[in-house]
Amino acid sequence: MANFFDDNKGLQFQLNNPMMKEIIRLKERDYADYGKYDYAPKDFEDAMDSYKRVLSLIGEITGEVLANNAESVDNQGVRIEDNAIIYADGTKENHKVLTDAGVYGLSLPRQYGGLNFSYVPYVMAAEIVSHGDCGFANIWGLQDCAETIYEFANDEIKDKYLPMINQGYTCSMDLTEPDAGSDLQSVRLKATFDEANNCWRLNGVKRFITNGDADIKLVLARSEEGTTDGRGLSYFVYDRRDGGVTIRRTENKLGIHGSPTGELVFNNAPAQLVGERKLGLIKYVMSLMNGARLGVGAQSVGLSEAAYREALQYANEREQFGKPIIHFQQVREMLAKMRAKTDATRALLYETARCVDMYKVYEAISKERKLEPEERQILKQYTRLADMLTPMLKLFSSEYANQNTYDCIQVYGGSGFMKDYPCERMYRDARILTIYEGTSQLQVVAAIRGVVSGGYLNRIKEYEQVSLTGENANALQELRNILLPLREDFEKCVERINAFGSTSAAHEFNSRRLVEIAGYLVMAHLLILDSDRDSQFLASARLMTKMAQEKIAERKAFIMNFEEKDLEDYLTLTAE
Amino acid sequence: MSLKIVVLAKQVPDTRNVGKDAMTPEGTVNRQALPAIFNPEDLNALEMALEIKDRVPDTEITILTMGPSRAAEIIRDSMFRGADNGVVLSDRKLGGSDTLATSYAISQAVKKTGKFDIVFGGRQAIDGDTAQVGPQTAEKLEIPQITYAEELVNVDENIITIKRRLERGVEVVKAQFPVLITVHSSAKPCRFYNAKRVMKYKHAFSKSEAEANNLDTNIWNQFPYLKIEEWNAADVEAEDNRIGLTGSPTKVKKIDNVVLTQKENMTIEPTDENLDNLVKNLIDTHIIG
Repeated sequence: MANFFDDNKGLQFQLNNPMMKEIIRLKERDYADYGKYDYAPKDFEDAMDSYKRVLSLIGEITGEVLANNAESVDNQGVRIEDNAIIYADGTKENHKVLTDAGVYGLSLPRQYGGLNFSYVPYVMAAEIVSHGDCGFANIWGLQDCAETIYEFANDEIKDKYLPMINQGYTCSMDLTEPDAGSDLQSVRLKATFDEANNCWRLNGVKRFITNGDADIKLVLARSEEGTTDGRGLSYFVYDRRDGGVTIRRTENKLGIHGSPTGELVFNNAPAQLVGERKLGLIKYVMSLMNGARLGVGAQSVGLSEAAYREALQYANEREQFGKPIIHFQQVREMLAKMRAKTDATRALLYETARCVDMYKVYEAISKERKLEPEERQILKQYTRLADMLTPMLKLFSSEYANQNTYDCIQVYGGSGFMKDYPCERMYRDARILTIYEGTSQLQVVAAIRGVVSGGYLNRIKEYEQVSLTGENANALQELRNILLPLREDFEKCVERINAFGSTSAAHEFNSRRLVEIAGYLVMAHLLILDSDRDSQFLASARLMTKMAQEKIAERKAFIMNFEEKDLEDYLTLTAE
Repeated sequence: MSLKIVVLAKQVPDTRNVGKDAMTPEGTVNRQALPAIFNPEDLNALEMALEIKDRVPDTEITILTMGPSRAAEIIRDSMFRGADNGVVLSDRKLGGSDTLATSYAISQAVKKTGKFDIVFGGRQAIDGDTAQVGPQTAEKLEIPQITYAEELVNVDENIITIKRRLERGVEVVKAQFPVLITVHSSAKPCRFYNAKRVMKYKHAFSKSEAEANNLDTNIWNQFPYLKIEEWNAADVEAEDNRIGLTGSPTKVKKIDNVVLTQKENMTIEPTDENLDNLVKNLIDTHIIG
């Protein structure tokens, strides 16, 4: 009777973060829905109790159903039949059980049939689902589209589409095209206004669309004829029941077999405009993308947790040379690092989620009334933090999920290479995480802004100043003392690279190293802060601090010895 | 079309997860050492009732349980899954009831719930394994019964069609309402909780729980769905001499703690002939079959 929430103390710890009291109070508008909806909470304790119960329900469904279906879903994959994508049988069951349990629309307001949970438990649900089946986490996570509709669409669209989410209608975000992948400014799918029918018409091709046959599609299209950049793109919502879309194919992929990836042809498909024209890419997709990147963060942490548990169990059971292999230091080191990396990225995940929660709730309030100056200040502060932490989270969590699933197979040895154990599926599923919703390289492009602006540095200095009050305060102060000179190294490295000019090739070349140095410091500090409230993270905090020491030294050595002429060798070695 | 269903459910010690403290030295079940759970086949019964509600949305499902006041837990559990309301039949006088006394008390309680179409129950409870309470209740209510139900085939205005799981096959039967149906563990497992129902009904409580936990019963006026009914023997007009120890002719003479030990050891070569003989031998000695 597995329950992926009840058996995860790390998750429960994050849910009990002290900030949740304020987040929930704001989300519930001082519990104004109590009495209006029979499932609305009357106070913080009531709301938190509901969060725990519902997460436990999702944890039970995930442990009992999703995890058990994962293998057959991976084997069966998806197929096209009568211009419709047919999910694997296990996927259908997963979706039905979650729909019947009424957990879709977790964060949507109650007037749209949602549960009005704050963002943190919503992210937790995504992590839990991914722990059970990483591929299914996409179908689950695409309800993010509802957030975009809620934030930017008019009331008519909201009233039509939002109640569908809780009823189990699925979503997709249709951005990528054959010639527009990372570079979405080149999107060509054409949108023209049909005066006679008072709707827009979409024509063109979308490729690599996750859950491509979804009921509700958000489509990025060129509405401004003659334009060639992002300013000519608008965002549209399309209802599958209206027809006009042909499923041309589904991709045969390395991993996440349960999550269909479709190529679609839009042929005069009717659609409605979301928000304002020309803001499609520069505002709405950027907002949706931040949510999706955080979603991949949750997916990555969930998969890392699954990989760690698989490997730990096997290392305890498998005996060689007369003892379980976990007693060999090299195996133990791999496992302990998997744990520390999972704890570190989970800490970063929920730190980011809390920032998103704060700015989202103030944004929603700002539509109901004028914000006070100090509230505007909070909104600005958390928006900036969320924008800064999200690409760092996506980068580290997805890379770590790959490392952890790789190490999981290594712990299994030859057996792990066989199809007999789930670790090979996890390894294949992990590979997309550093690619979709913006590659690791694009996360660096986004995150380097926080390096240049000093945003990360300021945040790290803030972490250094938080007073340590728990029983481990002295031990944790020692860890901070290790991190202090590393932070100074960070500053020196940034200074040296900035000297080449922020638009120089040298800067671009070294940007990942700088972002990673910041990342190690942020994660180590977060684990120190978590350990101050709960000793369960102490060992991970120590490991992460030592890893920061090692990794930062390596990057510092590279940067300090770097010269611009080094780039010539990279050119030479890649010349045709 | 609207239907009224009563589901009989029991909170039982979890005898499937028996530890070393499960039995007292006297040979009785040590209830303290075992967690209390929803009797598994009663969950199958609840699912079949909920399936009817899926098909006939106007259906009202009432959970009826007899036991100590903490049995209200399984009523909340049922509400989380889709039941509309529930009743705990609780009275010290009911303590020690055997299946005869229990089915009498339950039939009285079912009558008090008003006009009903179907009474569902699990085939048997895992603490007693008698499978008698369902059939005896049907007798006392003077209604037909279908036992060993495995699948709901059809339900319409006043007829239900059920597939029964028998020892050597299945049987499809029809019955008119009112009817009592006991459900087998091979039927569909019960659905999960529904999130909104969990949040709605988690605050439901009974009178005894209000007294024990100092809860304000005035909330029942504002939110009537939060009230879990609690009836005693007098409320259901059960005669004192037909309930509890007095009303129970079954007397347990002695309970033996049987420990199975290995008696003989046999090795056979894995040939078709040997396996054939082994199976025949096992059938002849009534170990299987």
